[in-house]
Amino acid sequence: MILRAAVAALLAFMTLPTLVVIGVSFNPTAILSFPPAGFSLRWYANVLTYPQFQRAAVNSLVVTAAAVALALPAGTLAALALERGRLRGRSVWAVALLSPLVVPGVAAGLGFLILAAALGLLRSRVVLVAAHVALVLPFVVRSVWVSVRNLDPALERAAASLGATPWRVFRRVTLPLLRPGLFAGLLFAVVVSLNEFVVSLFISNRVTEILPVAMFTYVVNYTDPTIAALSSLFIATTFLVVWLADRYLNLSRVFLHR
Amino acid sequence: MTRLAPALAVLAVFAAALGALFRWSVLEFVPGSLQTGGLTLANFRAVLAPQYLGAIRDTVVLSALTTVFTLAASYPVAYALARTSSRRVRSLILVLTLAPFFTGAIVRTYAWVLVLGNTVVTWPVPMLFTERGVLVGLVHFSMPTMILMLAAALSHIDPAYERAAASLGASPARVFRRVTLPLSMPGIAAGSLIVFAWTLSAFPTPELLGGGRVKMIANVVKDLGLDSFNWPGAAAFAMLALALTLALLALVGRFTTERAS
Repeated sequence: MILRAAVAALLAFMTLPTLVVIGVSFNPTAILSFPPAGFSLRWYANVLTYPQFQRAAVNSLVVTAAAVALALPAGTLAALALERGRLRGRSVWAVALLSPLVVPGVAAGLGFLILAAALGLLRSRVVLVAAHVALVLPFVVRSVWVSVRNLDPALERAAASLGATPWRVFRRVTLPLLRPGLFAGLLFAVVVSLNEFVVSLFISNRVTEILPVAMFTYVVNYTDPTIAALSSLFIATTFLVVWLADRYLNLSRVFLHR
Repeated sequence: MTRLAPALAVLAVFAAALGALFRWSVLEFVPGSLQTGGLTLANFRAVLAPQYLGAIRDTVVLSALTTVFTLAASYPVAYALARTSSRRVRSLILVLTLAPFFTGAIVRTYAWVLVLGNTVVTWPVPMLFTERGVLVGLVHFSMPTMILMLAAALSHIDPAYERAAASLGASPARVFRRVTLPLSMPGIAAGSLIVFAWTLSAFPTPELLGGGRVKMIANVVKDLGLDSFNWPGAAAFAMLALALTLALLALVGRFTTERAS
């Protein structure tokens, strides 16, 4: 009984800020009050018409699409190599591939900034894409690796023995069987890239910055509920994605040993 | 080997960035210029100047407190997640745990700016722009990670052990203290080290909830690098953060391999 109450209270603590953000976003005035003093969608209108957010949203989509398009095939091939390849020092390669996860954001961010300056790429989105590819690659490798491990090589041998070319085996047998891992990797990569902030702060300017960086700048300079409205849109999207993932991917099987 | 090539190319770019960071950390800073002088260790000596030592001390203290509070707040949730027999409850806890994990750092931190800034209630003591407020934000930020790591460890423990202890007459408190807690120790150790290592390089939480009055290592890196254009000084601080994180994660590796052997 005490445990149940404690769990409920702790879950409330985890959820409270989200509820406050959503409530504040509907305020009719620029005063941040909760519960809201009325109901208005003006801050949502403000989000959609603020030019810097429009520009940042486009940048976010471009950077995330490019980064995921590069990281998904690279990570999938690496996962196949890690499980199947005749590799010496397999665990060393695995650690190397997952290493961008553990590097502090400010270290990676400043490193990319110095590198970009040396290459004269400070005004370009190329550096943002390169950094995002490295940051989402570990998630792709991990997700796909799980699927490769569960893939029975006998199925591929069967296809090959029936006369399929290696490319056809890959396309018609291997890829479809890897779909759960590919989907999970895609999901993680998109979410991580869309939300990446620290590294992107170092290597973007007002023209190239992505949404989280634009939101940070806005929070530092203004105090109206616009960011609450934008955050609510982010939260709604995220809840939908996580709920769908739990429904179709059975998240408890990913995170617990069941 | 050829299948690894694209991923290795990505890693090579990442390594080049870290290499650039290391190189600049040992180059002399020329004030007012992005040109640098010769090789020097002055940047690392500057890290130990009194105003920066304070930031390092605050970082370590805040990280330690964050780890302790996060552990205490996450254990009951992880226990419920690992032990509930209802799929509905498990899904509810999992979605509520994972959702903040997926909403970005800025959204989560801004939410705490609202809560700590007297929007909901008027706090008896100032919360926003104090170390107290930063601590609350850091604990909230770390809880999903800790819950997932603890739940993974707890779901490994066979409930039969607890039932056996209870049937032999142990009170629930004693079963927890003598059976569950010791068996979940590997998860506690790994989760705590990871939370501690991550908090050491936390940036958005102290930046927004500290409002310039609370400085952790990452905030100093940003101040030096992006505001003062002292890239060599910032690089030395970033190398410090990197070294601390890697040393701690090497410890996690030791723990997990010892368990396996």
